[in-house]
Amino acid sequence: MDKPVNQKAWLLVLPVVVTVAFSAVIPLMTVVNYSVQDIFDPQTRYFVGTEWFQMVLENDRIWAALGRQLLFSLAVLLIQIPLGIGIALTMPKRGPWVSVCLILLALPLLVPWNVVGTIWQIFARPDIGLAGRLINELGFSYNYTRDPLDAWLTVLVMDVWHWTSLVVLLCYAGLQAIPDAFYQAARIDGASRFAVFRYIELPKLKGVLLIAVLLRFMDSFMIYAEPFVLTGGGPGSSTTFLSQLLTTMAVGQFDLGPAAAFSLIYFLIILLFSYVFYQAMANLGKAEK
Amino acid sequence: MARIQLDRLAHAYVANPGKPEDYALRRLDHVWEDGGAYALLGPSGCGKTTLLNIISGLLQPSEGRVLFDGRDVTALPPQQRNIAQVFQFPVIYDTMSVYDNLAFPLRNRKVPEATVRRRVQEVAEMLELSAVLHRPGRGLGAEGKQLISLGRGLVREDVAAILFDEPLTVIDPHLKWRLRGKLKEIHERLRPTMVYVTHDQTEALTFAEKVVVMYEGRVVQVGTPQELFENPAHTFVGYFIGSPGMNLLPVRVDGGAAVVDGQRIPLDPDTAAAGGRHPGRLELGIRPEFLQLGRAQTPDAVPVRITAVEDLGTAMLVTVTLGSHTLRVKLPEGGEVPAAEGWLSFPVRWTKLYADGQLIGQGGRHG
Repeated sequence: MDKPVNQKAWLLVLPVVVTVAFSAVIPLMTVVNYSVQDIFDPQTRYFVGTEWFQMVLENDRIWAALGRQLLFSLAVLLIQIPLGIGIALTMPKRGPWVSVCLILLALPLLVPWNVVGTIWQIFARPDIGLAGRLINELGFSYNYTRDPLDAWLTVLVMDVWHWTSLVVLLCYAGLQAIPDAFYQAARIDGASRFAVFRYIELPKLKGVLLIAVLLRFMDSFMIYAEPFVLTGGGPGSSTTFLSQLLTTMAVGQFDLGPAAAFSLIYFLIILLFSYVFYQAMANLGKAEK
Repeated sequence: MARIQLDRLAHAYVANPGKPEDYALRRLDHVWEDGGAYALLGPSGCGKTTLLNIISGLLQPSEGRVLFDGRDVTALPPQQRNIAQVFQFPVIYDTMSVYDNLAFPLRNRKVPEATVRRRVQEVAEMLELSAVLHRPGRGLGAEGKQLISLGRGLVREDVAAILFDEPLTVIDPHLKWRLRGKLKEIHERLRPTMVYVTHDQTEALTFAEKVVVMYEGRVVQVGTPQELFENPAHTFVGYFIGSPGMNLLPVRVDGGAAVVDGQRIPLDPDTAAAGGRHPGRLELGIRPEFLQLGRAQTPDAVPVRITAVEDLGTAMLVTVTLGSHTLRVKLPEGGEVPAAEGWLSFPVRWTKLYADGQLIGQGGRHG
């Protein structure tokens, strides 16, 4: 076997190798370094094995935050996916209103995360905020700084406001890609509106919904800036999600070892869930054979 | 099965149409006889699909009425018209099996499940889909998917007409013959009214008993394939049907002959008289198959120069120039082709005269 040998090829892959090394491999390996050592300064460090990992796994606050995080992501998906599909279905298919709708929908996506937090922090304030004041005037006692449930609902509504548009835009694009002939055939076949949705639109949306679910899961599971600005994780620790707890641990308390172990576990959880979602949804159609 | 009558039908996609150009479909009266197999032939954008969608009810016409067996159905939605339509691109319900696809129109109409099973099996038998009934529909090829689309129309016992909108576009060429044969077979067995839209003349001529030729939103001729070939009522029909299309030459009529670049081509007396009366732009038309090319001069022949000879395998295609005009002549294989110069004769019977595109004189409407 005479394979042509051309060492110049290495030059061509070099940019990618360097980019990936600096953007992903080296930072990640630094975290791995910290997660298995106790580092005081570059010269003074001790190998500690799995000690930090054990500490993290025994930390009740992390388990509580993980529970909140899962609940939050679940709620986000359960609200935003059906709502997004619903809005996409009611949007006009052509005409001048299309661009109006698209621009209105895209606006929340263009607002920076911490600005969203600030907007809602003021908007929902029971004393001077339009929404907070209105709810109290209507006779409901509402204060997101005092009541954990109110805080939760505010964070959830804020996320729905900020991110449902993404699901809408993805679904709208998916719906626009369905040829007219499918709707015409369905009319001739006498299909009801629900049957059109169930047998034409939903199957054709499968691909974009897979992307929507993945993106919304990953983003909501990593949520940081908005609740940080809005509630600061409170009242108590009722809206403290994983990333905020991690930041407190790493930057606030400077517990770099446990924080590194925590980071790796956090990363693996997201990776695992995303993989499971992807596999489950990609196999959804095949299972119906 | 039904007789479909179009009564003063017209359609415009723009609001408040004024000019004739605003109409995608110009004023049209036509009857599709019960059990007929029709082809609707015309180039892209001539209004074929518009007409089809009006018949099936997907589109409401701006003017006129659609009658099924004398009953006015203009305002009825498609599901109440009992029409089956097969589209250009196969439409199947992705998540359903072939069986469920075929059963779908019946289930939507709340037909009892026992009847559904019987009908689906009958139709599957006819379309040779029995073997794949329980496979998912999306696993089939384009041909199978088009058969499912057709089957969804056929399962309904009360289907009034089957409409095809260029159904063979996405089918591999070697499978087209098979599917077209299948359609003919079904037509002979069930005698439904079939309307088949296409821009492919071979498809139209092999499928249909009657061909309706459309051009710029108008029906320019309705006839059997033979009529369209021998007696095109419009220059468009002459040019569109046939391979190559009809030769058309701008002429003026002088006495009993048409004059092209000083050369006289004899005409039938009626035709010549009609041509003399007509003030419009005159064109002479003759099919390449009917022209005769000879080496020796004959009384009615005109001199031509031969510029190209192509051997088509079954015929010889000769390109000649007459004055400043180019004509195509189709001669039988093995025939003798003169070298550079020849004499072209126009048999009077096949020499047609058109005024502003319309046939006049023999066979024409304005006699």
